[in-house]
Amino acid sequence: MHRTRRPRSLAARLAWLIVMALAVLFFCVPVVWLLLATTKTDGQIVRDDPFSFGSPRAIADAWHHLYAFQDGAILTWLKNSALYTFGALAITLVTSIPAGYALALTQFIGRRMLLTITMLVMLMPTAAMVLPLYLGMNAVHLDGTIWSVILPFSFFPFGVYLTYIYFSSNVPADLLSAARIDGCSEWQVFRLVAMPLAKPVIALVGFFNFVGNWNNFFLPFVMLPDSSQYPAQVGLNNLLAASPLFNTSSGTGNQIMRPELALATLVTIVPVLIVFLFSQRALVAGMLAGATKE
Amino acid sequence: MTTHLATEQNGRRGGRSARNPVGRAGYVFVSGYVLFLLAFGVLPTCYAVWLALSNSRNQLVGIGNFTRTFTDYRFGPAFLHIGLYLVIWLASLMILVVLLSLMLHGRMRRASTTLRFLFYLPGALAGVASVLLFLILLDPAASPVGWLLKGFGWNTLAQVNAPGHLPVLFTVIAFWTGAGGWIVVMYGALNSIPDEILEAARIDGASTLQIALRIQIPMITKWIAYMLILAFAAGTQLFVEPQLVSLASWGMIPDSWSPNQLSYQYAFQAGDFNGAAALSVDLLILGLACAALVVFRTGLFDRDER
Repeated sequence: MHRTRRPRSLAARLAWLIVMALAVLFFCVPVVWLLLATTKTDGQIVRDDPFSFGSPRAIADAWHHLYAFQDGAILTWLKNSALYTFGALAITLVTSIPAGYALALTQFIGRRMLLTITMLVMLMPTAAMVLPLYLGMNAVHLDGTIWSVILPFSFFPFGVYLTYIYFSSNVPADLLSAARIDGCSEWQVFRLVAMPLAKPVIALVGFFNFVGNWNNFFLPFVMLPDSSQYPAQVGLNNLLAASPLFNTSSGTGNQIMRPELALATLVTIVPVLIVFLFSQRALVAGMLAGATKE
Repeated sequence: MTTHLATEQNGRRGGRSARNPVGRAGYVFVSGYVLFLLAFGVLPTCYAVWLALSNSRNQLVGIGNFTRTFTDYRFGPAFLHIGLYLVIWLASLMILVVLLSLMLHGRMRRASTTLRFLFYLPGALAGVASVLLFLILLDPAASPVGWLLKGFGWNTLAQVNAPGHLPVLFTVIAFWTGAGGWIVVMYGALNSIPDEILEAARIDGASTLQIALRIQIPMITKWIAYMLILAFAAGTQLFVEPQLVSLASWGMIPDSWSPNQLSYQYAFQAGDFNGAAALSVDLLILGLACAALVVFRTGLFDRDER
């Protein structure tokens, strides 16, 4: 993979550096600012230098104010997020991995049609489906229950597609035939041969499903009527609506200001951030596998 | 590639029974997924179409709901807002993502890995978190780029969030959270171009710009098209961004800024599920048209079926 480097002009190098520096500033400054904002009081955020560090005490204060909002609602929301996200994740893995496997490596009537529908549905943005889903849930009286969030989250055609791509390009059918000749049942072939090979794609499907569910706003916003059922994303919306900063009329009686909003945002994304940091390598490799499949 | 394909086709045609002697196993493996596909993909879609074509007493009214929502005074602006946003968002996405990917490619490999990760990281804040962050960040009173905002003559958050600025504001937010992922994909696509081709072009005297314009960009066109179509489909569905900004705008931004919001208003403010369903079907058709375009035109999914 070595490249012979042509000597480049100083101007080209300079242009490269300037563009990259601007891009780094654009992508990183908001994150750094968010981290620093939690260490300051609201007054300090307005008056002090934007990139100054406040004090650890301010973080504790912001947390007290945040926690005081509806008696620890922030923790309830995070718990709900975890419940919905992991519940859906479990169902997604159980349904999509075998489906992708079957689409890639077995024959059955309707296989091609199922594949085409999966691709179509996968590319269709889910937001337009939220109201129809609500109406459907309403018709079967499931709206307002945790199932109205977990079940739609569990329908994840992109996961089936990823699994299908993975199995059809990485696992030769001959390998499965050999196992069958050795006397394995179809279930054993899947469990003993295919599954151990599928670890990378299971991680990938899990990653996308987790992040998508955790960050989803519209569906739980529509489905769930009660603050005690909200996931963190919808809870953040509540905080914003209740903040005296943006809403002078309804915002009395709490101290949800900039540091509290920044801290709430940060607390809410911590799980995704952790998943991001740990899965970076697998993720990039997986994406590149997808990108270089030609 | 050719030989691989040939064996695969042989395997499929000649040795079908060897591939799956039982035949029924496939059905068992896909059954769970098919159940979900029916319950949360197919059925809601059919139900929405039925609601869109009927009235509250379950009588078929044809396209009545569509013409009724179409003449709503909020319908035109909502789709106009989205249209304007899409033009700005897609243009900046295409130009900047391709430019950044090309600049990252083939230069200082280690630095480029770090940079790609830094660009990708804001993706963790997708959704409400990013909007909330930008709402606080873009308040000129507290903003680290306050000097810039004031330079434009905006001294309050209300001036930054003025209705006319929203398409640009949403573009900035969407680019901040989404561009990094696309840069990773484009970088991967650029990696798939054999080095020999680039080397040959260089020996023939092609400049970096010529290589980019005549070789690299044409060879990743499929991926650019894929990105544009997905970004287009997602862009028509804006909900959380205008919803939050409207919440924080002291009534300056209508809560029916985007079509999805308008649909939400129909359902939950007016209790008009049929009108809401008609609007959802409009958006579904837009999304489905995009999906069909990707699948059938770009040939992106020509994998083993041909």
